This record gives sequence, C-alpha cells and structure tokens, in this order.
Amino acid sequence: MDKKVISGYIKNITAIMVVYAIVFYLIQIKVINNYYNGILILAGIYIIVAASLNLATGYLGQLALGHAGFMAIGAYTAALFAIAVDLPKYVELIAGLILGGVMAGIFGLIIGIPALRLRGDYLGIVTLGFGEIIRIALLNLSFTGGAAGLKGIPRYVNFTEIYFLVVLVIAFLFAFIRSRHGRAILSIKEDEIAAESVGIPTTFYKVYGFVVSAFIAGVGGGALGFYQRILDPKKFNFMFSVEFFIIVVLGGMGSITGTILAALALAFINEFLYSIDELRLVFYALTLIVLMIFKSDGLLGRKEFSLIRLLNRFGKKTKIENAD
Amino acid sequence: MSLLKTEHIGMTFGGLKAVSDFSIEVKENELVGLIGPNGAGKTTIFNMLTGVYAPTEGKVILGETVVNGKKPYQIVNLGLGRTFQNIRLFKELSVIDNIKIAFHKDMSYNTLSAVFRGKKFWKEEKEIDIKARDLLSLFNMEEDAKVLSSNLPYGKQRKLEICRALATNPKLLLLDEPAAGMNPQETKELMETIAFIREKFKVSILLIEHDMSLVMGICERIVVIDYGKVIAAGTPDEIKSNEKVIGAYLGQ
Repeated sequence: MDKKVISGYIKNITAIMVVYAIVFYLIQIKVINNYYNGILILAGIYIIVAASLNLATGYLGQLALGHAGFMAIGAYTAALFAIAVDLPKYVELIAGLILGGVMAGIFGLIIGIPALRLRGDYLGIVTLGFGEIIRIALLNLSFTGGAAGLKGIPRYVNFTEIYFLVVLVIAFLFAFIRSRHGRAILSIKEDEIAAESVGIPTTFYKVYGFVVSAFIAGVGGGALGFYQRILDPKKFNFMFSVEFFIIVVLGGMGSITGTILAALALAFINEFLYSIDELRLVFYALTLIVLMIFKSDGLLGRKEFSLIRLLNRFGKKTKIENAD
Repeated sequence: MSLLKTEHIGMTFGGLKAVSDFSIEVKENELVGLIGPNGAGKTTIFNMLTGVYAPTEGKVILGETVVNGKKPYQIVNLGLGRTFQNIRLFKELSVIDNIKIAFHKDMSYNTLSAVFRGKKFWKEEKEIDIKARDLLSLFNMEEDAKVLSSNLPYGKQRKLEICRALATNPKLLLLDEPAAGMNPQETKELMETIAFIREKFKVSILLIEHDMSLVMGICERIVVIDYGKVIAAGTPDEIKSNEKVIGAYLGQ
C-alpha cells in the first residue's frame, strides 16, 4: 500500500465521520425532526437495496425485477430470528442482518443458476415471477403472520445504525467492483462472448454477482424490518421492485454514487407526494421521460463522484492562485 | 509437435451441413492461413476450435487434450487466444482495463482479499498493472492506456484486440479477418505486427483472411475450404496455381 492510498482512506473516513457528526448533531438539537429522521433512515435502506440492484443491472448488465422479493426474504428472516432469540441488541442486529442476507443469497443462487446460464433477458422474467411468488407465499404462510403482517419486531435500527450500514455496503461494493472480480463482472456486461474468449468463466461470475446482489438486498430488507417494527407482505409488491429500478436508472447504471443521489432524492420526493399517491407513478414516469430525453445515461452516467478528486482539483487551483 | 489438431470435425445446424470432414494440423511457431469464399464455413471452424460451438462430429485436440465440449474460457486457459471478425472490445472500458481483464486467470486473490484490500490484492494488482503496460508499450500504445477503447481509431482497436488475446498467454492465436476494413497502409502495418508477434511471443497463428496480399505474403501454409470442405492445402505458390481454388473463387 502506498502513501497515496492511505491518505485517500484517511480523507474518506474523515469525510464520513464529519457528515455523520453533523447530521447526528442536527438530529439531537431537533433541526432534523423525527419525521425527517424517518425519511433519512428509509433513504438509507433505499440506497442499500438500489446499490445492490445496480450491481446486478448496472455492472453485470442483467435485468432483475424482483429485488423486493429478496428484501422480503431478508426482512422476514431477520425479524423472525430476532423475535425467536433473546440476545444483546447488537448481536441480534448483526446476526439478523447477516442471516437475512444469506437467506436472500440462497434464493438468489436457486433462481440464478438456471436463469443465468442463458443469454438474454430470461432473468428479468424469472425474477419478476419470483418476487410475486414470495409475496403470495408470505401472505398465506402462518409463521410469517400472513396478511395481518409480522408484528413485535424490536427496533434496532436508528440513524446511526443505518448510516454505518450504508457506509459498509457502499465501501464493500466499491472494493468489489475495483478488483479482478469486478472487472470480470464489468466485462460480461460489455461483451459476454469476448469475456469468455479471454478466459472469464462467465456463468460463474453472473451467478456470483447476482448472489452478492441478492445478499445485499436481503440485508437492506432486514434493516427495514428492524426500523419499521412491523412487516406487511403487501409492501413487497412489483411496484416496490420497480422503484429500485427507477433509482438505478435515474442515478446512472454503473454509478454507485449516482444511486446514492437518486435514492436520497426519491425518498424525499416520495414523502412529499404521499398525499397524492395516485400521481406518484405519473411523476416517476415523467421524471424518467425527461431524463431519457436530456441525459439518457442517468444523472451521473457511469462516472463516480470522488472526494479525493474534488480535493485534488481544489488543491491545484489554490496552488496556481498562490503562485500567481 | 502439433499444437492443434482436428480429426474430421463437422458441424451440422439442423439439416444444414456447415462444415464436414475438416482436418488440420498446426505445429509450433507456424503461420497457417485459412481461406475460402464467403459462407464457406471459416468462422464456423473458428467457433468450433474455440468452444463456442461443440462439433457434431470428430475431435479437436489442443496439445494433448481433447477439447470437444469444453467451455470457451477453459479452452483459453489451455492456450488458445482469438480475435473476432467484427471487433469485440469492452467498449466502455479503458484500454488498460481491457488488457487487465485478460489477465484474470493469472491472478488468484479471493473476494475477501479484494474487499479488505489485503497484501495479495495489492501485490497482484501491481504486477498486472506493470504487465499490462509492458504489453501495451510493445505495441506502442502505452499513451492510450487510459483512453476508452471505443474512442480508439479503427486500426488501433484491431491492435488492441490482438494485444488482449496475447495477454491470455496463448500458444496458438486465431485471428478472424484481422485486415477486414483496413486500407493498404494499415494492412501493411498489420503484417509487420503479425511478424513481430511471432518473433516476440513465439506463438503459432491460424488466420482467416480475404486480403490475398496479406495471406500470400505471410502465411507458410494455406488451407482452402469451400462449402464446408477442404478443397486444397499447401504453400502459397501451390495454392495460387491450384485450379480448384481458382474455380471456387471465380465461380466455375
């Protein structure tokens, strides 16, 4: 590891802590009231799930329309685990989230292996059906509480927990994408035949990327349960999956920072449009149409916002000014 | 010793026999040309050799391994690299990333090491960065390392594709119409590049080409096919005067 990398880490960690401190302070002195705090937490969950979908769709290039299903599996697994056991808060939280993620990952593996061996959009159809099956199953099973929903989940997630969970997920995704595994995943999106012809086991990496994506969506679902304290199977419908898809397209397929921006924006817009619920979908559609006309690859395209780059640019400017 | 040997391979698509009874042998450090009119089955043969299609008849032997039914990436790992007739680069990625992807099999760090940025990750990433830059500089492309590969001029895209195939460290390189769409000057440069590759990397080359000046100029042996069958094989001079070949090309 050279010095540049370490200084980059230090800058990023400092920025993460500063943002956390500021927002946390604003919550403490009630500038951000409970209502907005709640939206922030939901936005955090949106970021996690949308970023996971971006891995499958933006980086791997596979159409996935059932991420609400993976969320639901993660949410119910984590919630049922936390209800069943009696352990310290953070042990239950972390174990619950991991369990939820693993369970979602297992389902991802089960539907990914047959669907991803084929080229084309079969995965889109299979995941769409999968999401609906999960929702119907949750509605009709007795141990999930059925249509009445699952109640009595402990509240383990607040701003602090969700903030650091988001940081963890984003850091994981960045590190994962910028490695040999990430390059293999990117090459599949670019050209599957060419990827195979330079020695990339494409089927393996498609399934692998998809399972990682499902895992993270499961973790996001778990966090949702631990925040809302009640899970309603009707929430995890097809439109919920589509919302994440919209976030990914809006932010830019293949840009994690774009996803963060879009998820934050959409979480707030969602709340403001809550009173006119029917018009929400019209608004989504309009946003997408406008975006496709003016900036067809999303807000950030495939670029990433980089704090280090920004600092360097400022640094250079001040140096030049000083020299003058 | 022969690097590649096929024994009477054939490919049938439904009722259509695209290739039948095709046998060829490529020895170490040889340059063999595969020519034939459009639709003769040349690319089908390449696809069988590289594992895109599994031959419906016969055997493909690479070194000492029968590779029928193996996946394309497994065949690459056995030492067979290829380029495509219509260039297939990773267009939205930089030139150097195109090369780094091809070094995938030379690296072994796992996901944990990648996510936690372990020692092995830095060591191997540094190694392939150097290797990729060295490879690019051999082809005078080190300046373009950060350029998006789709922004390269056509001739350089061809070169990059060959470069990427070489990064997989092949013993045998299959070039599918490397001179397609090139002007005479670029074709001449390409011939020099191919000669350079043979010299530097000690690879055997099997190439499909329509440009006769290139084929006759650099190939040591030529195999001519038509309607999926071998109609002639021999040195360039023998092929030039072969009546069957002239017939196939001029339509007698």
